Amino acid sequence: MQFFGGSEISPSPPVPTATGNNAHMMYIFNRNGVCLLYREWNRPLHTLNPQQDHKLMFGLLFSLKSLTAKMDPTNAEKGNLGIPQLPGQGCSFHSFRTNTYKLSFMETPSGIKFILITNPRTGDLRETLKYIYNLYVEYVAKNALYTPGTIIKCELFNTALDQYVRSIA
Amino acid sequence: MPPAAPRSGEAIFSSVDRVNAKLFTLTYGAIVRQLLNDLEEVEEVNKQLDQMGYNIGIRMIDEFLAKSNVSRCIDFKETAEMIVNVGFKMFLGVTASVTKWDADGSCCSIVLEENPLVDFVELLDTCQGLYYCNILSGVIRGALEMVVMKTEVTWLRDMLRGDDAYELQVKLLSQLPEEYPYKDDE
Repeated sequence: MQFFGGSEISPSPPVPTATGNNAHMMYIFNRNGVCLLYREWNRPLHTLNPQQDHKLMFGLLFSLKSLTAKMDPTNAEKGNLGIPQLPGQGCSFHSFRTNTYKLSFMETPSGIKFILITNPRTGDLRETLKYIYNLYVEYVAKNALYTPGTIIKCELFNTALDQYVRSIA
Repeated sequence: MPPAAPRSGEAIFSSVDRVNAKLFTLTYGAIVRQLLNDLEEVEEVNKQLDQMGYNIGIRMIDEFLAKSNVSRCIDFKETAEMIVNVGFKMFLGVTASVTKWDADGSCCSIVLEENPLVDFVELLDTCQGLYYCNILSGVIRGALEMVVMKTEVTWLRDMLRGDDAYELQVKLLSQLPEEYPYKDDE
């Protein structure tokens, strides 16, 4: 699945760059679709301007969540696609992988969505995303100068995040 | 790797950094005292405490979710159990209980056996009508609003007013499902 419109389809994953960063990008969204944070460590191809990119990412995840819940074979309820769901209903997807990258996703019950895009050989990143959620709580939620629902501008959070992401395999 | 199981309130309470209980109680008392001085009207103070609690609640919910590792609650009954068993224990170190469920499960009472906010406190005659612990009702309201439950939280019994326990009534007003926030024409 070529998502960002690249023209080449490469069967082998790109070699990690000399900086040693295995993660490509990170997005954090809140319930209303506001992109609270976008961090980029290794992204060679830019196809859209930032606003469109964020909207596209949010829309993708919103639809994927809805789709995965409706296609759940263990769920007895048969609703139509597109009906808004209550929190608590439906299953939650946590990652998808292509031949060039892996996207890992975690949504908290309070509506904060964490998206981490890494190289395809990365394992299950659910614990990693949980740790990043804890970092968010410590540096952002507990920050008196931060207004919830706005873009995160905390240097400490960015530094801690960079340091942690560098250490994941 | 399967996700980790939710942690109990006791376990989290013992693992976080804690502040001296007396410092906490006296700081809260100082805040209420100052509010009474500044605003003079007891109703205004109640409202302000509720608003402060709301602001705390909207941030505290993330800390609660991150530390306790709970997944979404299926219904309001489970939510109330979570607040009482994990939430109060984790943040205040108190045991509380849920009672008086109504027929359709949308209204319940939370009874606090101990309340660290009110140690050493006595209400004066000039402050009748003051809900000293109103910050707690704001916290619950704010936290639940961030998990899409609109609630109304009121005090039924207050020991500072002569009752025998602290009882909060939590009433679920509505639960809004997730909607796509962007408009189609943008």
